Amino acid sequence: MDALVAQYSRPAHHDEGYSQDEQQELIESTPSLSLKFALPPIASPSAWLRAMTDDYSNPNCPIKIAHGTTTLAFRFKGGIIVATDSRATAGNWIASQTVKKVIEINPMLLGTMAGGAADCQYWLAYLGMQCRLHELRHKRRISVAAASKILANLVYAYKGMGLSMGTMCAGVTPQEGPALYYIDSDGTRLAGNLFCVGSGQTFAYGVLDAEYSYDLSEEEALELGRRSILAATHRDAFSGGFINLYHVKESGWVKHGFSDTNPIFWKTKLEKGEFSNVTADLE
Amino acid sequence: MEVLLGITGKDYTIIAASKAAMRGATILKASDDKTRALNKHSLMAFSGEAGDTVQFAEYIQANIQLYSMRNDTNLGPGAVASFVRGELAKALRSRKPYTVNLMLGGWDPITEKPSLYWADYLASLAKLPYAAHGYAQYYCLSILDKHHHPDIDFEQGMKILRMCTDELKRRLPIDFKGVFVKVVTKDGIREIKYEDDMPVKSA
Repeated sequence: MDALVAQYSRPAHHDEGYSQDEQQELIESTPSLSLKFALPPIASPSAWLRAMTDDYSNPNCPIKIAHGTTTLAFRFKGGIIVATDSRATAGNWIASQTVKKVIEINPMLLGTMAGGAADCQYWLAYLGMQCRLHELRHKRRISVAAASKILANLVYAYKGMGLSMGTMCAGVTPQEGPALYYIDSDGTRLAGNLFCVGSGQTFAYGVLDAEYSYDLSEEEALELGRRSILAATHRDAFSGGFINLYHVKESGWVKHGFSDTNPIFWKTKLEKGEFSNVTADLE
Repeated sequence: MEVLLGITGKDYTIIAASKAAMRGATILKASDDKTRALNKHSLMAFSGEAGDTVQFAEYIQANIQLYSMRNDTNLGPGAVASFVRGELAKALRSRKPYTVNLMLGGWDPITEKPSLYWADYLASLAKLPYAAHGYAQYYCLSILDKHHHPDIDFEQGMKILRMCTDELKRRLPIDFKGVFVKVVTKDGIREIKYEDDMPVKSA
């Protein structure tokens, strides 16, 4: 009898709430912040990656990652200037002179690329996707603080696994005004007025720090950004090619050209008398 | 070359943390705040591995605040320190430990006494009258050993702190861009304006 009753009756609140499977499905319908990648079956991924890719310690390494860059961004009263060079090097080989190191995350936000080109391109595209999802979910644009934190938390989740990126997120929002964040692959995230990232950073800082002021006019700011990258492309062997210039305003970013460094260098030298250590005459 | 200093006195705890955020040979930021307020009467200062520091501090901050919300009461400084040490010890025995050194300044509203806890990334915890982390230990502990007494007033405490930061400016080979100074008292946590652009005479 008990067996019969048990067969045709159920506990009072059996079907209420979500089942185990339904809960699982709900969790999986929104992708988690950190994607679940299959990792190579190796004890220490970063050490292995270094052994395979570090051109400096092993010139015969089988994979050469594009490194070496100068990127800069600074805040001023008219918004944010973002400028980069365009050279990609793999070891001593110049792999490309026409790299786009400013990544247009969306019409409002810019990211810059230093370190592993693939890492930056991939994760900034992913950040763009997360920013769009934020817009759809919350019916308003994401703040630069929140966007940069998505990226910082993401790279922090992969810390020690060989990601290599030094990036800046720039944007202007009504709540924050012009906002600039530095994020790197060890998980550092800093807000600031001015950052230079890459192998040419010191050369760019030299020119930029000396003449930087928050009250620069738009023309002055663009010229200072351009001149700082020029300085770095001149002195840093791993930077060069074209100067990529952007101005971020509240209405979104505006591109100010992708211009060859060579004519700019000669123009600067001949018209302003700078770079006097370079001579064209034979003695 | 990050500097963390802590000094307790009669009814306060002073915490000082350097302002420079360095990466390689570059100072990326000269106004970096290496402290987080955990609740009304606890302040945590941190140094160590980039990324780990802020992640750990904000994780602790969130959990201490969650405790305050759930229980409608604040965890006292001793309990906060034990919790922090526990989390650090748990992380130390995991696949990815937090490489973070800490200083916890607090004021206990029950015993009405200030406190200072020193913790390192190996999860050692010590309750001390004054403490330092990193290279600052080598210069400042001797100064503090000589000049600190348990019942010093606030002015006296700030005077000793000035001796410490002056000595660090004089002898540390890398500029740490001055310090943020915060003090925990019965009224809570407040920042102290600290002049650090004055030149220091070398010996």
